[in-house]
Amino acid sequence: MAAAGTSHATRWGVVNVVVVLYALFPVWWIVALSFKDPGTLTDGDYIPRDWTWENYRGIFATSEFTRALVNSIGIALIATVIAVILGTMAAYAVARLRFPGKRLLIGMSLLIAMFPPISLVSPLFDIERSIGIFDTWPGLIIPYMTFSLPLAIYTLSAFFREIPWDLEKAAKVDGATPAQAFRLVIVPLAAPGVFTTAILVFIFCWNDFLFAISLTSTESARTVPAAIAFFTGSSQFQQPTGSIAAAAVVITVPIIIFVLLFQRRIVAGLTSGAVKG
Amino acid sequence: MSTRAEPTEGKTKGGKALSAGARQERRLGRLLCAPAVLVMTAVTAYPIGYAVYLSLQRYDLRFPAQAEFVGLSNYGAVLSSPFWWDAFWVTVFLTAVSVAIELVLGMGLALVMHRTLFARGTVRTAVLIPYGIVTVVAAFSWQYAWTPELGYLAELLPSGDAPLTEQWPALWLIVLAEVWKTTPFMALLLLAGLALVPEETLKAAMVDGATPWQRFTKVMLPLMKPAILVALLFRTLDAFRIFDNIYVLTAGAHGTGSLSILGYDNLFTALNLGIGSAISVLIFLCVGIIAFTFVKLFGAAAPGAEVKR
Repeated sequence: MAAAGTSHATRWGVVNVVVVLYALFPVWWIVALSFKDPGTLTDGDYIPRDWTWENYRGIFATSEFTRALVNSIGIALIATVIAVILGTMAAYAVARLRFPGKRLLIGMSLLIAMFPPISLVSPLFDIERSIGIFDTWPGLIIPYMTFSLPLAIYTLSAFFREIPWDLEKAAKVDGATPAQAFRLVIVPLAAPGVFTTAILVFIFCWNDFLFAISLTSTESARTVPAAIAFFTGSSQFQQPTGSIAAAAVVITVPIIIFVLLFQRRIVAGLTSGAVKG
Repeated sequence: MSTRAEPTEGKTKGGKALSAGARQERRLGRLLCAPAVLVMTAVTAYPIGYAVYLSLQRYDLRFPAQAEFVGLSNYGAVLSSPFWWDAFWVTVFLTAVSVAIELVLGMGLALVMHRTLFARGTVRTAVLIPYGIVTVVAAFSWQYAWTPELGYLAELLPSGDAPLTEQWPALWLIVLAEVWKTTPFMALLLLAGLALVPEETLKAAMVDGATPWQRFTKVMLPLMKPAILVALLFRTLDAFRIFDNIYVLTAGAHGTGSLSILGYDNLFTALNLGIGSAISVLIFLCVGIIAFTFVKLFGAAAPGAEVKR
């Protein structure tokens, strides 16, 4: 009996190890590359023979990377804040209030969630050039917050549905208007959901590549994913592989920290909007 | 746009039944949604309308003075071009194959996350990393892995092989990169569906002598159908717009360009906004058809349809 239990556990252990390796191997590979010095870059070893910070020093010495990092952080943060504020308002209405036009809002968010961004690249490119926000922060913040709004609305309205209704009713009985009930009762209760949504939206903005390369042309608004792609130049063989690997690791770190700290919340957030109900 | 059309005193029939509180609720509801609706309309509906307009023009950025209305001829040019059809079939191939593989792997992964006896948190954390990682970063990792004389995976191949420079090997590697990156998302959506399968039902099936396979196909799958359809719909639409992985891995060379790559190239190397917009509109229509098919044919409940319950 005990033997059967052990073999069962061993089997699960093996399966778990396979899953973890599957998930982490490509990540490990780029980390290893980033710590190799140029001489051993092509040795194909999984573990660098001589660890070096050379590649990191190299990228932080250029404005090409540091400027892009500032752009990435600034643009993603601002877009996240705006999307979460607008999303919170709309999601509260969707989850808690009865009003005509709710289905229209949901249908519209759904449409945008499915929208192929490439379809917007040509018109946005033209519009942004004519109103002068091409290659600026707002030029990227605007599409990012728009495309993350559906995500924000779905996730938040799912979280909001689980907030105890009665507290809000109690507040109304005590004489609060719906607006006060929202501000004083629901907002503090909703904070964890809002926070989770903010992480998901941030990851979404942080990740974008298509808008980042299409709607920028210089360092002034180019984010890291786009900047990395331009490190490479046109041919794929004489590349600053080490720099790309180091830059890649730098922008992966925040994501890994989020995932490690908030794994449970992220899972809840990702699945709540799509399936629950 | 949604703050107008208040139920005024004129329509007293409903107005009388509507208490002051309910009216306030309606107003607040619309006020709260207005900004989101405005932003979404301004940034998507207006540009797509503008794209339709541009697509009917001859509009080459190198010769802006020659812009003029040309009717549907841009569409004719695109649809009769082999570039469009090559990109179309590449996209269909990549979408169909990667989503099919993801569904199978994702289901396996979901079962592991659901059933594993220990280290559940570790497994879930590990699985979230591919989801969270920047696609471009992962794509570079794959690219280096498959580059001869640099990567560990290329070393496994007969020397001289450069898989990213041949059409079919490259397409499969793109599928691999896409599958690695998005299977976790699929698995999480399916996991949420798995959580809805009641444990007692499974036990009852077991008592009745159902084999594990029967329990899976006859009990779990039917109960998970809504979750599976939503996951498929999400991932199909997402896969159809594949761009980042291809851009980094092959830049669309050697017959691996998807529709998104085609649209991008057309805008930034051919600088032709008229043709580029026609491509944009056609891709939009393709996505619309896919979504419509899913919802109508398979009855995928649109995410958000939860409100009806």
